[in-house]
Amino acid sequence: MKTGWNWLGVMPFFAFAALFLILPTMNIVIGAFQNSEGGFTLANLQGLTAPRIVDSFAISIKVSLASAILGCLIGFAMAAAVVMGGLPGWIKAPLMTFSGVASNFAGVPLAFAFIATLGRVGLVTMLLKQWFGINIYAMGFNLLSFWGLTLTYLFFQIPLMILIITPALEGLKREWREAAEVLGASTSQYWRMVALPILFPSLLGTFALLFANSFGAVATAYALTGSSLSIVPIMLFAQIRGDVLQDPHLGYAMAFGMILVTGLANLAYVIMRTRAERWMR
Amino acid sequence: MKRLWSWAALVIGALYFLLPLIGTIEFSLRMRRGAYSLDAYRSVLADPAFRATFGYSVMMALLTIVLGVVLVVPTAYWVRLRLPRLRPVIEFVTLLPLVIPAIVVVFGYIRLYNTSSILPLTGTAGGTNILLLCGYATLALPYMYRAVDTGLSTMDVRSLTEAAQSLGAGWVRIIGRLILPNVLGAVMSGAFLSFAIVIGEFTMAALLNRPAFGPYMQLLGANRAYEPAALAVIAFAVTWGCMGVMQLISRLAGVRKTAT
Repeated sequence: MKTGWNWLGVMPFFAFAALFLILPTMNIVIGAFQNSEGGFTLANLQGLTAPRIVDSFAISIKVSLASAILGCLIGFAMAAAVVMGGLPGWIKAPLMTFSGVASNFAGVPLAFAFIATLGRVGLVTMLLKQWFGINIYAMGFNLLSFWGLTLTYLFFQIPLMILIITPALEGLKREWREAAEVLGASTSQYWRMVALPILFPSLLGTFALLFANSFGAVATAYALTGSSLSIVPIMLFAQIRGDVLQDPHLGYAMAFGMILVTGLANLAYVIMRTRAERWMR
Repeated sequence: MKRLWSWAALVIGALYFLLPLIGTIEFSLRMRRGAYSLDAYRSVLADPAFRATFGYSVMMALLTIVLGVVLVVPTAYWVRLRLPRLRPVIEFVTLLPLVIPAIVVVFGYIRLYNTSSILPLTGTAGGTNILLLCGYATLALPYMYRAVDTGLSTMDVRSLTEAAQSLGAGWVRIIGRLILPNVLGAVMSGAFLSFAIVIGEFTMAALLNRPAFGPYMQLLGANRAYEPAALAVIAFAVTWGCMGVMQLISRLAGVRKTAT
């Protein structure tokens, strides 16, 4: 009786989560395994092997990989520079504030910002032409392409990396470095054999998170490229709007594929984070 | 030598972040031929569609915050007080919106709540608004829950509750007059983050066909040259404002905590 009343207190929350998060998602997942008569089938998942869908997953994964790898490297370099690079201490607070803002500055306005900067008449494009005579568009650069999208995604990927990795870098205890030095280790040996192995789970986990972050992004890509670059979220967007695949159940299968990819990436993040926390006590 | 590399990493990074901002501001001022002017901003602000969609999204953001608070504060409180074993489950559910892409969730809404279903929310404008509101609340859930739960962890929920109960307070009074004021700082920081997310949200609003700010920006971007840059500057200012206020609150809360 008593526990029954206790459960009542969390009912509104679970009812909400069921109605607006879990049931809608389940509905799509089930739809991915149904044919148009409602029977069980794997044909929809097989339909995902159609060349245009495979291509869209391939380019989506490529963009996500590239922006996650570059985001990790650049974010790590910036965080390391601030935490242990001998820079004045006041730099850290504004960098963290800015990272908080920039990691949330995604979507349509971000696309506009990059069009105004690296578009055909953007500021940087024009300045490069006027000052150095470099015409990046004549050299094959296009903002509405793989590299353009990757470059744009980095604007929220790098700050996210900085936000997550800075505490991990600060968690490296000074004693470890001193112990390594006492034992005669060089700086590169310290990094190779002590710091990086400890940071490795954090790095890999954040990498997975960044990957999922860009894989699910719709608005930035849509505002930037319209439908000229068929990455998965854009194709799914078109499918929901107008059934461009001419098979609703293939759309559900595509959405299911998306959940699968982001789900696996997030799982990797969670596993890596529990590993990383072992060292942070 | 090390310091040189550090400065190099920081300066290159800063350039990457500042150039798009400078580029956007410069572009937004270029509307009048041959001279910098605020024409693009004037044109945007005078557009009735801008006011309507921006107003709609502000309204939705505020309602999202209210719904988020009503949903999260009592739940997080109750779980800490009575059902601590349930905490990992709740935490898992609140993290799901980060795993399931918003486009998939809204796809599910369209399928589940269409006009031929038991709960035909998409059939009317009001129903779709409610659906969008609930969608936004799920988007905000991870941030709201984490903020409130952190806020609750700094106080002794059990003793406070017992004290209030021995003074004769009921549940509504305890949550409204005791718990909520104590986690207000945390709630505010969750609220501003939710505001920043909802105000420019595109995917859900576009697919549910609601006249929100995100789809308006996208439409303007496809049809105009200079106004989008002005919109981007405005959107960035809103995001910056939200995050700035959030940090200020958490800093003030931190000061108060160390002072007592």
